[in-house]
Amino acid sequence: MTHQPNALLKISGIEKHFGGLAALSDVSLHIQAGEIYGLIGPNGAGKTTLFNILTGLYQADGGKFLFGDIEYDGRSKPHLLARAGIARTFQNIRLFANMSILENVMVGCHVHTHTGIWGALTRHKNARAEEQQIAHRAAKLLDYVGITRAPHMLAKNLSYGEQRRLEIARALATNPKLLALDEPAAGMNATETDSLKTLLQTIRSNGVTVLLIEHDVKLVMGLCDRIAVLDYGKKIAEGMPQEVRNNPAVIAAYLGGDSRVE
Amino acid sequence: MRNALNIIKHHAPNEKRMAWLAFAALTLILLALPFAVDDLFGRGWVRVLDFALLYIMLALGLNIVVGYAGLLDLGYVAFFAVGAYCYALLGSPQFGIHLPFWIVLPLGALLACIFGVLLGAPTLRLRGDYLAIVTLGFGEIIRIFLNNLNAPINITNGPQGISMIDAIHVGGFSLGRTQEIFGITFPSVHLHYYLFLIFTLLVIFVSIRLQDSRIGRAWAAIREDEVAASAMGINTRNIKLLAFAMGATFGGLAGGLFAGFQGFVSPESFGLTESIMILCMVVLGGMGNIGGVVLGGILLVVIPELTRHLAGTAQQALLGKTVIDPESLRMLMFGLALILIMLWRPAGLWPSSQRRRELTSSASSPNA
Repeated sequence: MTHQPNALLKISGIEKHFGGLAALSDVSLHIQAGEIYGLIGPNGAGKTTLFNILTGLYQADGGKFLFGDIEYDGRSKPHLLARAGIARTFQNIRLFANMSILENVMVGCHVHTHTGIWGALTRHKNARAEEQQIAHRAAKLLDYVGITRAPHMLAKNLSYGEQRRLEIARALATNPKLLALDEPAAGMNATETDSLKTLLQTIRSNGVTVLLIEHDVKLVMGLCDRIAVLDYGKKIAEGMPQEVRNNPAVIAAYLGGDSRVE
Repeated sequence: MRNALNIIKHHAPNEKRMAWLAFAALTLILLALPFAVDDLFGRGWVRVLDFALLYIMLALGLNIVVGYAGLLDLGYVAFFAVGAYCYALLGSPQFGIHLPFWIVLPLGALLACIFGVLLGAPTLRLRGDYLAIVTLGFGEIIRIFLNNLNAPINITNGPQGISMIDAIHVGGFSLGRTQEIFGITFPSVHLHYYLFLIFTLLVIFVSIRLQDSRIGRAWAAIREDEVAASAMGINTRNIKLLAFAMGATFGGLAGGLFAGFQGFVSPESFGLTESIMILCMVVLGGMGNIGGVVLGGILLVVIPELTRHLAGTAQQALLGKTVIDPESLRMLMFGLALILIMLWRPAGLWPSSQRRRELTSSASSPNA
């Protein structure tokens, strides 16, 4: 494979098995810096499994991926991948429910801050400056994703749509190069989905590459630059939304039936 | 106290003065407390006060592990034991070593800290009930070791324990006997009270500072959702080990003070019930909240003492004779009190959410 100059993430030959089930077999994708890349497929196609491997929650059984200039074997620790610049949200929202919304985002700043025990105990000048800086940054990020609630409100008391946004703010706080969103629009109404779309476009225009798992076809088609389709752990199609939409294999995967028909 | 400090930092001069007054009043009360208690209730109760302070330190240490980081530890008393035996072995006729207090105490805390990491390391993948079982095992192992390390070489003196431990002394000033300072007579228990108070305040200070920091937030994140925490770039292994180490350090510190105060340690003092009691203090007071944990520590030391007195006298007053053995009735009443408190306040007497709201609103105000 030739190295494309702008590829931010190059996944090659990722394998993952759960017992006898091949959740992912030989999945390869390239994601360009600055694009919004959609990952779609029927339930159980392996989309979230791929996310979990990219973010270190699962260990790959084979294959590798190149992120930036560093090659990973799919077995790295989650915090190292977060440090490298891959941030994510979760399909079933995983906020720090009993922490304030500000603190949730401040936790996201953990990777780029350094105060240890000594700094915490003495609260020396640098520690105070750092603390103030991340509180400020967290407040700005809340504003950025459109959460206007009091910062000391507990995360669990937010509305569903706001919780999704808070997860995005928390992920952005890690200063990612790649933001991986696992079904961010799930359970949202049309208005909420629309403003989510605007938010994702803003995020992209601010220089963050977005990788998106989504079931809302309208959202994916309207938002993504390119799309890959997974089915039974295999990539069955990849391309511009329009190409993918008309791909017989994709139609077969979604509607059932034999892809050789047509 | 936290509120007082906050107010000092953030509010108008008038409120500032009020806060200083409150602070001064609290200081006076804490300083006068042993004398007042001695006069009103007798010297035995000053001793109870000393124990309350020791248990507050223990509860605050466990609070870091259980309350902050959410790691259920049922063997916490092991660190108390490590600190106590470290002091006992290095400051008693057992080996004829008599190292000074200011060396032995930090050494005990350090040793406990190392044991904290040793226990933490193999349990990193465990959570909840499973972690509780493993830590419970660890606590028992330490106790059984102390019980049996008297043969073939006698190290711990086995079940007899170690006695005639050196009293806490700094230079020539010993806390083991009555001292006269500026014409005021300070009995030994009073002196220990002041020493323990200093250490308790230190532990409270460290707890507050840690809670409201990058480390404290990382602990809370792990408690709330370990997977999400790791995906946010938190090195869960190191942060968990740090919680075990900090909690154990406090335990070791309290252990050293306990050995010096009692003059005697035996494995009996470090059983599972002790671990459970310390956990009760944390849960009953309000997990994660320093004020609540302090309150829990005080109550769980004072209530059993109160019921000890009540169990006998109440029977005498009501029935004219002792029907049930006061010692058994005492534990019955104590258990009942625990149940009632938990039914009445399921989140603990002083839960942390209120504090959290105050804390974050002050942290986000512009002059924070």
